[in-house]
Amino acid sequence: MCTYQTETVEVRASGKSTEGWLPLTSATVYFDHPVHFPSGHALMIDVRNADRGPGARLALEMDAPSARALAEAILQTLASVPEDLQRDSLVKHP
Amino acid sequence: MTHNLRAETITMTGHGGDSIEAYLAVPTDVESCGSVVVIHHMPGYDEATKEIARKFAANGWAAVMPNLYHREAPGADPDDAAATARASGGVPDERLVGDVAGAMEFAKSLEISNGKVASIGYCSGGRQSLLAGCRLPLNAVINCYGAYTVIDSPAESPLRASAIVGEVGGLTGPLLGLFGADDQYPSPEQNEILAEALRAAGKEFDFRTYEGAGHAFFNVDRPSYRPESAVEGWRVIFDFLGKHLG
Repeated sequence: MCTYQTETVEVRASGKSTEGWLPLTSATVYFDHPVHFPSGHALMIDVRNADRGPGARLALEMDAPSARALAEAILQTLASVPEDLQRDSLVKHP
Repeated sequence: MTHNLRAETITMTGHGGDSIEAYLAVPTDVESCGSVVVIHHMPGYDEATKEIARKFAANGWAAVMPNLYHREAPGADPDDAAATARASGGVPDERLVGDVAGAMEFAKSLEISNGKVASIGYCSGGRQSLLAGCRLPLNAVINCYGAYTVIDSPAESPLRASAIVGEVGGLTGPLLGLFGADDQYPSPEQNEILAEALRAAGKEFDFRTYEGAGHAFFNVDRPSYRPESAVEGWRVIFDFLGKHLG
């Protein structure tokens, strides 16, 4: 099936594409037909910068256990970092 | 039949008078033929769907496939364009119908055209093909495993797809539906609800459900491909076109 379910979140991030590093501003998460991953369905993540065009995108396709493991690793990593260090990621430098 | 054809990217007029990209494949070994508007799946205007357009031409039918994501992402890679379209809420139904109407007119303007046009769509395009058939004077309509024809997409989803079962009275041509028995979106039960509505409206239709196949069984480059069902499905499609577009 084509699932229409899509989660969209704003992010402040940087990512590296074939054109080098670029700022990223939003992420969409969905479970649907992958383009490359060899399964019928996969958890898909697009991290994008819409202002820079459709090609300004980092794409991930993975199976459900991998997605859960990745999500848990992110949360576990954040939980283990002191809050003042987490706050440092919010500081914008020119 | 030699299977000779010509295929190229063209520009056509879509919904609202917009110029959009499309892929055209035309047989070069027949004097006159019917046409098929090919509606690509949600992953986009991709190489696999262009191959489908060429298959129609190789078998004697002109095929026009509008790039439904051209406005959001002109010139982008198909997967980037699909991601952009998804993030911006997908293709509105009204725009889809306008683009199919434009593709119909383009097809009819081809020197080789016999004036008859069908639509076919896969996956999300299956629903869109049925939608176009309910609102446009198509000579025949083919829906390959389109979901959300009898139920709405999840309310919380930014991609909206509302049920179109209530519009089947608008069909002007016969409908062919090709489905997988193992598919849940659309499920065999949902397809039966659609069939009931078509019977009630007195519409001509032919639904085929293939055992051992799930969703997207025509996709030759994906694990969902089921060669037995796909080969039989193509035979049924060409018979259907021969009967209604010949």
